Amino acid sequence: MKRSSVLRKVFFSTLYLSTFTFGGGYVIVTLLKSKFVNELHWIDEDEMLDLVAIAQSSPGAIAVNGSIVVGYKLAGLPGVVLAVLGAVIPPFVILTLVSFFYTAFRENTVIQSLLTGMKSGVGAVIASVVWDMGSGVVCSKDLLLIGIMVAAFLANYYFKVNVIIIILTVIVIGVIRTLIRERRKGAQK
Amino acid sequence: MICFQLFLAFLQIGMFSFGGGYAAMPLIQAQVIEKYGWLTVEEFTNLITISEMTPGPIAINSATFVGNQVAGIPGALAATVGCILPSCIFVTLLAWIYVKYRNLSLLQGTLTALRPAVVAMIANAGLTILIPTFFRSGLISFAQSNFQIRPVLLFVAAIVLLRRFKWDPVLVMVLCGVCEVAWQLVTGALV
Repeated sequence: MKRSSVLRKVFFSTLYLSTFTFGGGYVIVTLLKSKFVNELHWIDEDEMLDLVAIAQSSPGAIAVNGSIVVGYKLAGLPGVVLAVLGAVIPPFVILTLVSFFYTAFRENTVIQSLLTGMKSGVGAVIASVVWDMGSGVVCSKDLLLIGIMVAAFLANYYFKVNVIIIILTVIVIGVIRTLIRERRKGAQK
Repeated sequence: MICFQLFLAFLQIGMFSFGGGYAAMPLIQAQVIEKYGWLTVEEFTNLITISEMTPGPIAINSATFVGNQVAGIPGALAATVGCILPSCIFVTLLAWIYVKYRNLSLLQGTLTALRPAVVAMIANAGLTILIPTFFRSGLISFAQSNFQIRPVLLFVAAIVLLRRFKWDPVLVMVLCGVCEVAWQLVTGALV
């Protein structure tokens, strides 16, 4: 297939998905998979699973990361550039418009009450997400993970430790633990 | 100068938000509210609400919004580029390593350890939003002038709709907003 048509497809697919997908990165990644694996057959299923794992475990927005892995896999660095542009242009344009209207309507009392009421709603949405994620950690029955959750909360809430320091510390713990496990696995073999 | 600050702040947000979606919240809060004071908690809450209702990741939406508010379109560009640059470098590098070696165990092991820390920090960011919503002064005290019952009732109703009836989050949020407007209309506060 011609390279320029692959690039065009990468750009317009990420642009389209980024414009019309509500509900966060995980949804976009699923849609990228159905587009490039099931519909176009450009990436095979197993490879896509690993690419999604890379997108999910890297820092940054999952929708952007997902677009990058697909772009890289299909067309190398030019693919990355076009996939990122496709993923970022829609939120950039939409939020620039929102920002403009926000400034214009900030003093409007109806908008103010609407936003005031919605604060309780968004608080509930976040509480619900925390409940789902937190119960996942507790159900793992992994004492180290539960300990990290409690310690990170205390450090962040009571001791006001910088979030970046918390993240870096936990990365070190995670790397050490994985290396120890890998070595044990190696020794058993 | 301000554009460079925006770039650096969102570079850090892009670099350290692991786990997608809400994981960026505590970092945005640390940089945008606490360090630079570009948004108040109230504006940050509105931003998260707006992010929920528009497509696009919270981090990118925040970068564009904050950049625009602080320094117009150039600010928005600086912040957004800062936000995605770490992704571009890190993910491309990983994809390249993966195509060569096909082993991701170290990466996934690290992410497993990070997830609980991320949950804890999202919980903290959630409290930053909820406490001033429930308590007028931002301090937890149940004195009559401070404690607001209406937001608490809305919160409880929203939780029930989300968890028991599995309603769509955007619908639940809009409904909360509409209830508040209706209340203000009925009591005559909005004329």
